[in-house]
Amino acid sequence: MTKVLELESVSGGYGETEILHDVSLQVGDGEVVVIIGPNGAGKSTAMKAVFGLLRLSHGTIRLKGAEITRMPPQEVVRHGVCYVPQTANIFPNLTVEENLEMGAYVREDDFRPRLAEIYAMFPPLRERRASAAGTLSGGQRQMVAMGKALMLDPTILLLDEPTAGLSPKFRGEIFDTIRHINGAGTPILMVEQNAKQALAIADRGYILVDGQNRLDDTGPALLANPEVAEMFLGGAS
Amino acid sequence: MAALLRVENLVKTFGGLVAVDGASFEVAAGSITGLIGPNGAGKSTLFDMIAGATHPDSGRIVFDGEDVAGLKTHEMFHRGIVRTFQIPHEFGRLTVLENLMVVPAGQPGETLTGPFLAPAAVAAREIEVRDRALSVLDFLSLGHIADELAQTLSGGQKKLLELGRTMMAEPRLVLLDEPGAGVNPTLLGKLADMIRRLNREQGYTFCIIEHDMALIASLCDPVIVLAEGQVLTQGTMDEVRADARVLDAYLGGAEAA
Repeated sequence: MTKVLELESVSGGYGETEILHDVSLQVGDGEVVVIIGPNGAGKSTAMKAVFGLLRLSHGTIRLKGAEITRMPPQEVVRHGVCYVPQTANIFPNLTVEENLEMGAYVREDDFRPRLAEIYAMFPPLRERRASAAGTLSGGQRQMVAMGKALMLDPTILLLDEPTAGLSPKFRGEIFDTIRHINGAGTPILMVEQNAKQALAIADRGYILVDGQNRLDDTGPALLANPEVAEMFLGGAS
Repeated sequence: MAALLRVENLVKTFGGLVAVDGASFEVAAGSITGLIGPNGAGKSTLFDMIAGATHPDSGRIVFDGEDVAGLKTHEMFHRGIVRTFQIPHEFGRLTVLENLMVVPAGQPGETLTGPFLAPAAVAAREIEVRDRALSVLDFLSLGHIADELAQTLSGGQKKLLELGRTMMAEPRLVLLDEPGAGVNPTLLGKLADMIRRLNREQGYTFCIIEHDMALIASLCDPVIVLAEGQVLTQGTMDEVRADARVLDAYLGGAEAA
């Protein structure tokens, strides 16, 4: 399996605070990979490192073998990495269609065929194409955010807690959608709090604790590993 | 131990999202009670309601025998309920000492006429408040930076200052929202010692939201576990850790099946 994304011993943080310590992870072609871990483990930070939003002190990040370490976000996007942040990921006052068009901002070719594909992938968005995105339900807003990111037909899609704040019903829908997006050929790296559901649809998972790699394995293997309890709840005193 | 705070069937919704869904628990007088749970469990929303920053849709907040649900922040403060925030809310352009001195309410110097009509009373109270503030700084080992602007402090020092501001209020119940977040391990040990001393030596009652399980385990008994806006279980940290439902809640698996 070829590696789409590769982080090798990445360290970095904000200001003087170092958050990631030698984090390594990989996403293979066609994979859904999830990063889980307790609060403050550095999960979202690891994702931001890929997208050029973090001060890196050490390490290498490669996209399909080409180095993108320390590349600013506007260039990372052009190399095919699209990132959906956890919050503020849509333009609430623009219509659904305008949001999707904004996703194609850096495309120089005709994006309309891709728009049709996105609508085919998310039928509820076609129905609401003329509505202000802010008036949609939480689950549909998340679809707008993902659809917008997919307008570039990215090499890899990064999702930061796509189900945060959603009700259990919408959570299930979003996980189904993620599986669907992946089925259409896009590798995905995501951070999730709902570890069980995320691992159920992922090919592999990484557990980060205190900014360091602790475990990586298939979903079922991680869920069966007794060390996971200690990572989330601390060791017995 | 008698309940200083009793929360009964609290409900709070934001639009379609049910943040707190019928939570009930007690904080015993003299306890250090921990409040843990996965992200989105409703912990901070509960604190907001107990501190009067937001009001419950339904349910009761009984503090010292009186239903205080719906009271405003300053009314809660006057009853002795004081909270800190995950991100410290210091006055950056006041000195560390001044940050403490502004906390006690009803100082005679606050009024327009006080300094003119009763200068002696203003001065006497100010000396009293200053002495109290200096003793708090001494307790926090921050005496050496009393005259520094608060904005120049490190993140950890700001956390200590935040604790100091609660002490100035002579609180009956202190709500600490993630006191350990962003604090280095050395300072974290000191912070834990201070909380323990305030509890044992000065009888403070604490309710603490924290993600650092080691800190919770070392300080809190009981530990209340919140999930999906409800109390899942409570007990000592060892007891709740042994409860399979707790890990399940942290892994978000409970409703997945």
